[in-house]
Amino acid sequence: MERILFGDNQFFAVNHISDSKSREQSIRFKDDSAIIKVLDDAINAGINTFMCTTHDRIANICDIVRANPEKYRDFKILPCMPYAHKYANAVTELGIAGTLKQYVPGNFFGSLFKGGMAYLSKDYESIMELMVDAEMKMFKGIDTPVIFLQNVITDLLLGLRAYDMLAAFHAYIKKKYNAEAGFITMNMPKLLSVLEEAGITNPIICSSINKAGFRMSGGKEIYEETLRTKKFRAVAMQVLGGGAIHPRAAIEYVCGLPNIESILFGASSKTNIESTASYIEQFDAKNKVTTY
Amino acid sequence: MLKIALIGAGKMGISHLSILGGYADAEIVGVCDTSKMVTDFLTKHGKFNCFADYNKMLAEVKPDAVVVAVPTKFHYSIIKDLLEKKIHVFAEKPFCINYQQSLELVQLAEKNKLVNQVGYHNKFIGTFKEVKRIAESGALGEIYHFIGESYGPVVLKKKADTWRSDPAEGGGCLLDYASHVIDLVNDILSPIKAAKGTLLKSIYSGKVEDAVYSLVELQTGQTGLISVNWSDDTYRKMSTSVTLVGTKGKLISDANELKVFFKEENALAGYVKGWNVKYITELEDGVDFYLRGEEYSAQLDYFVKAAKGLVPNNINNFASAADTDKAISIIKESSK
Repeated sequence: MERILFGDNQFFAVNHISDSKSREQSIRFKDDSAIIKVLDDAINAGINTFMCTTHDRIANICDIVRANPEKYRDFKILPCMPYAHKYANAVTELGIAGTLKQYVPGNFFGSLFKGGMAYLSKDYESIMELMVDAEMKMFKGIDTPVIFLQNVITDLLLGLRAYDMLAAFHAYIKKKYNAEAGFITMNMPKLLSVLEEAGITNPIICSSINKAGFRMSGGKEIYEETLRTKKFRAVAMQVLGGGAIHPRAAIEYVCGLPNIESILFGASSKTNIESTASYIEQFDAKNKVTTY
Repeated sequence: MLKIALIGAGKMGISHLSILGGYADAEIVGVCDTSKMVTDFLTKHGKFNCFADYNKMLAEVKPDAVVVAVPTKFHYSIIKDLLEKKIHVFAEKPFCINYQQSLELVQLAEKNKLVNQVGYHNKFIGTFKEVKRIAESGALGEIYHFIGESYGPVVLKKKADTWRSDPAEGGGCLLDYASHVIDLVNDILSPIKAAKGTLLKSIYSGKVEDAVYSLVELQTGQTGLISVNWSDDTYRKMSTSVTLVGTKGKLISDANELKVFFKEENALAGYVKGWNVKYITELEDGVDFYLRGEEYSAQLDYFVKAAKGLVPNNINNFASAADTDKAISIIKESSK
């Protein structure tokens, strides 16, 4: 993975500290052209990887990317699935079984819902696979070297101890998409030990890592220790702590940690993209000198 | 270790189960749900001990505490049963459909000395905890007006009926959605004692309201507005906010951002004259296992600690949830 990954929260009104800011963003990015303009700014700043949720509007962005193969020749997308609110709203209304019935493609459920027969483990794996395929449809023809499972699902399965489902996701992504599976989580140390036990070596794990310790469950110290002592490919997200930490100090902290392969951040303006990227380059260069 | 079981593995139940599963200080001894699809998954993948009949589960696994996350209309009978069997109870919100039943359960829990809590999770959010602290400090002067608001995209078009569209089953925006902000106002200021005028509006739902607009009076005599709409798709997810207007200042807070204006210097330690902004990032305590917001983990942590006698069981207990049920019935009555 590249050192810097560009995120998409700003495009979809996801703001962890301000509801009014999220409304401003939703107005600003109501047209796809506004999203594309910011993506182009990121590309011009040397960031070629876009990590994004499988939001309906990403399908439009994918269309634009496919229509301009020359311009987006080196462009990669790391999909994060699923866009949870779509399903969360459906579960509230239709229940768990009703939601699966609505969203799992094909006639899979037609047969399963009949009779009181028991469900087998492979049935749940088939459901997962069908849902992955449905979410991946929009990315056809686009380079997606890593495919992430969103934190709400990773952590839900982690808490439900359905570790074999995490392993099944990992295996399926490799088999079907010839890509690496990644896991987004708010419980990085715990997830890593579970994945290690499931026999997944050197997994890609994206988690909140920031100077403020925000959303680092169990505390910043255990995260730092895990980075120092364990083998995995770490992606740091929420490095700005939702905007609560000054960018320079925030980036200095993350760049100073060992074993972080990539840093994910999102921004709406060209100036902010350029300045955050240059902080990363600056502190990486400084740390390199110190190491020698 | 506290032995805990779950009755009702729907959206909230599964969420509670996952949080408890990632939590170190309780042992999950049983899960009960009528959906075979859900219990087969939990048995095969999570190695949970699952049941379709909760009485059978209670007899077999003998839990110390139970999380009840079934549709509201079943709360009363199941919770009563649990309390009679001397089991601590965490129930989802709203508490009961009928306020008299809520009171009965409050008394039963008290008589049997059992820990009791309802899932009004907003009270475990750092910003709202700070709002309560500021309100109680008196720094805003006399609070003469308030607004409690919640908006979100739940019912966005006309569609087939579910239990959410049946008032007898706990459906409707007032019971299901507005209850959160009513409970928050009850807690931050004081319980609602009267409604001066209420509009319950059906926008897409046939049998129930999709929006609640009510002018209310609290036990302290303070007055304000409750404004809630679950058919508002300009919101990505539920957004709850509280505005307090006082003689010495004004406060506006949602779950993420607290803005407070003080007219004078030294109104409250840590705050200055004029506008102050605090974010959830500085007001939130971390949790050991995070699923979908610190508050969901924090409320279960509090429940487990209360059942172990480590904290006092005075946040979100049945008595405060009964006050909320009463306020709901007052608002409903005034709309007629």
